[in-house]
Amino acid sequence: MTTEILTSDIDERFRAAAAAEGLLDVAYDVFDDTAIGPLLVGVTERGVCRITFDPEPERELELLARLHGPRVLRSSRPVERLHRELDEYLEGHRRDFDVEPDLRAQPDFYLRVLHELARVGYGETTTYGALAARAGNPRAARAVGTVMNRNPVPIVLPCHRVVGANGSLTGYGGGLHRKEQLLRLEGAIL
Amino acid sequence: MTVAVPPFEAFYESHKVEVFRFLVHKLGPDRAEDAFQETFLRALRAYQRLEHGEHLRAWALTIANNIVRDGARRDRPQGEMPEIVTEDGRPAYEELAPLTDGLPPKERAAVVLRYGYDLDYDEIGAALGSTESAARQAASAGVRRLRKEKE
Repeated sequence: MTTEILTSDIDERFRAAAAAEGLLDVAYDVFDDTAIGPLLVGVTERGVCRITFDPEPERELELLARLHGPRVLRSSRPVERLHRELDEYLEGHRRDFDVEPDLRAQPDFYLRVLHELARVGYGETTTYGALAARAGNPRAARAVGTVMNRNPVPIVLPCHRVVGANGSLTGYGGGLHRKEQLLRLEGAIL
Repeated sequence: MTVAVPPFEAFYESHKVEVFRFLVHKLGPDRAEDAFQETFLRALRAYQRLEHGEHLRAWALTIANNIVRDGARRDRPQGEMPEIVTEDGRPAYEELAPLTDGLPPKERAAVVLRYGYDLDYDEIGAALGSTESAARQAASAGVRRLRKEKE
């Protein structure tokens, strides 16, 4: 019976209403078509809380629920602005993001490091050691590497701009090829 | 160990089709649309207060059924009772609740849903997470037990 079928219209209407009423801890969506591959993005009322490369949605949702609360729902409207800014950035038309990161779930040391990271500008690079020094602990280069690896919002917080002291790319949560792609896009490497 | 509350997305995806079917069956396709929105918005408003993730299917269908009932009440002229009423004017499900206190939980639920809420056996089966025939058996076992207690 066709009348019993739940259409995508009805489904999307609920997802939009849930967000519009402010009932969600996290609204998320998966962008399958970006220049850098599939991304899962999550936003709270305060800003972007999650960007994941090559996401496994089930695992991601559990993680988001644990960090931010169980009301996690796919809803496209709340992430529209981030989607647009990411597209513009990946096309080379944007240098800074206007969306704010939401770092409430981050431990204190992570917060300090991520705040310093946010100040590394488009097309620049810095090193793990230099970032550690700016976060107040020059000997914590390795710990900074861990923070970069667990950066909840890569691209928006530019951990791809942090490289080894000898200039090697070192590592990247989304894979070294992506770090290279982003640095090339920004003209930081040729 | 109790079952953890799943992310709302997982809860919604697991039950949205069945809830929609239930509402179409009760209200017809047009009114089912709004009732569907309201069912899951209500679930979402209460979701943070859930303490465990058990019986979520029955929970979702119960919310949907409450919305069907609320709608029926609103649609009637004032003063007319929407439910199956007993002689003293109370809705049947209120009267049944204390009477069925002594029944095993499944039989009690089946009796109350059948005779208090006037649900069909397939709906009761759905709400209890079992089948139509199991719901029918539970309800008649409950009624037999009540008769015996009365004797």
